Amino acid sequence: MTAVSPPLRRSRKAPAWLPYVLISPTLLIVLVFTAWPTVQAIYTSFFRQYLNIAKFRTPTFIGLGNYRQLLTSADFHEVLRNTAIYVLGTVPASIVLAFLFALLVNRAVKGIGLARLSFFYPTILPMVSAATIWMFFFTPDYGLFNTFLQSLGYHGPQNWLGNPHLALLAVMIVAVWKQAGYLMIFYLAGLQNLPQDVFEAASIDGASWWTQLWKIAFPLLRRTTLFVSTIAVIDAFQVVDHIFVLTQGGPSQSSSVLLYYLWQVRFEDQNVGLASALTVVLIVIMLAITVTNFLLSEREGA
Amino acid sequence: MGAKMRKRLTNFLLNLLTAVLALGWASLIVWAIVVSFRPSSEPLGRGDVWFGHHLTFANYLKAFSLAPFAIYYRNTIIIVGMILVAQLVTITLAGFAFAHQEFRGKKLLFFFILLQLMIPAAALLVPNFATIRKLGLFDTTLAVALPYFGSAFGTFLMRQAFLEVPRDLVDAGVMDGCSWWQLLWHIYLPPSIPTLIAFALSSVTWHWNEFLWPLVVTLSDKSRPLTIGLVRFTQLGEIGARWPLLSAATIIVIAPLLLLFLLFQRQFIRSFLHSGLK
Repeated sequence: MTAVSPPLRRSRKAPAWLPYVLISPTLLIVLVFTAWPTVQAIYTSFFRQYLNIAKFRTPTFIGLGNYRQLLTSADFHEVLRNTAIYVLGTVPASIVLAFLFALLVNRAVKGIGLARLSFFYPTILPMVSAATIWMFFFTPDYGLFNTFLQSLGYHGPQNWLGNPHLALLAVMIVAVWKQAGYLMIFYLAGLQNLPQDVFEAASIDGASWWTQLWKIAFPLLRRTTLFVSTIAVIDAFQVVDHIFVLTQGGPSQSSSVLLYYLWQVRFEDQNVGLASALTVVLIVIMLAITVTNFLLSEREGA
Repeated sequence: MGAKMRKRLTNFLLNLLTAVLALGWASLIVWAIVVSFRPSSEPLGRGDVWFGHHLTFANYLKAFSLAPFAIYYRNTIIIVGMILVAQLVTITLAGFAFAHQEFRGKKLLFFFILLQLMIPAAALLVPNFATIRKLGLFDTTLAVALPYFGSAFGTFLMRQAFLEVPRDLVDAGVMDGCSWWQLLWHIYLPPSIPTLIAFALSSVTWHWNEFLWPLVVTLSDKSRPLTIGLVRFTQLGEIGARWPLLSAATIIVIAPLLLLFLLFQRQFIRSFLHSGLK
């Protein structure tokens, strides 16, 4: 039957428009909730519009006025500095911990499954629930975080969330606690894919655990690290839920980061124009991260 | 010190480190569970932050009476359910089109959809809020769910899964005169179910936990999900620092996912592993 009949048995050819219909729902969502709002944000960023001030309620064109205001705003500068500290602090810390966790739980020891569970479960908790629990841990005097620090000999200030020098660090600690276990699974998968004979050879040669780790495993997992860094950086910019619970960006902006500030400007100050300019700043940062990642992974792949 | 001794010492130290870190990480959830059963008449104090004199379920009842958690539950389930059903349909169809069919503008349209991965929804909060208002959807569960009805990431995953279906199988189906939906249903979908499940688990987790977008587009209890309900609860004047009550509310929000996770740990971890593999 094979040689004779094919032309007759060919499938009814699907109409040419079919693929467009199949992708249209997805296309429509991306158009309405990604592409269009990007254009709209750029457009409205050239206008002054406050929703809570009667005479500024209708938008007025002010060119780059909103961007100029950002450049000179002390609040924005503080927020940028906080964001830089937040990202440059939480990302490397999460990655190092993730790698350490992966190494620790990638050993055949009784009960190791429990450790993996313990490192990973924060991933599936809502950030606001995690932050609510952390609120207790940060409580002065009897909060467990303070109790723990005191047992290590810490005698510094205990009001983490109310202290302008500590609030940002506190929200960073929560972010790292939540993120490390998630990133761990990528290193774990990476470690399990590594050729085991490399380690066997190294350990016969008498290389210490530490050497095996930094001289062999970490370099071999360079691609994983690049990939994990990208996830971590993007998440650092877009997860601010815990700030709503823990500090509301305070005291006096000391723990406010870009996305949280954007929310404040739009929904507390009701300043649509400035919020749009901030949206554009955030979009540019996101695109820059994606492009950087793309270029780096191209180079790695070559 | 001999090599064997050194090895044993290293292992001991590593086990110790693992145990200390694991206990530290777990202490949060363990504390929350323990304290949620502590009588609220026994305030926490220095060195007394775990069990009370007896266990009580009263905090849970009290939490349910102070805030409409049942309604929050309903809303979260509606939102997560709507998103999941819509996504499973849209990513399957789009993934199929991109994997199986040839059409003009295919590359360009695929790239266009990938925009969603490059500009995360969180950044577009402000203009999307304006869109939701214009659509007349403000303060509805649909407003929370709608922007996620299409998923670039899901489309990408399904396309990959479909591309891995052996060519011979597809050709055989074509020879047998299958229509496009028979091909999709009988040949492409069955081997791709694990990918769909992996996507579904991370989608459910993600949207169950989402906070910022629902915060912006909901205003009343009729549409608020659990996460928003919890934060409002923590800010109620009468709650203050009543930790047993707060813990109970926290556990109420996370219990379903946590149970699901404990039952299907392996699948969850695989799903999250997938969700990062862009």
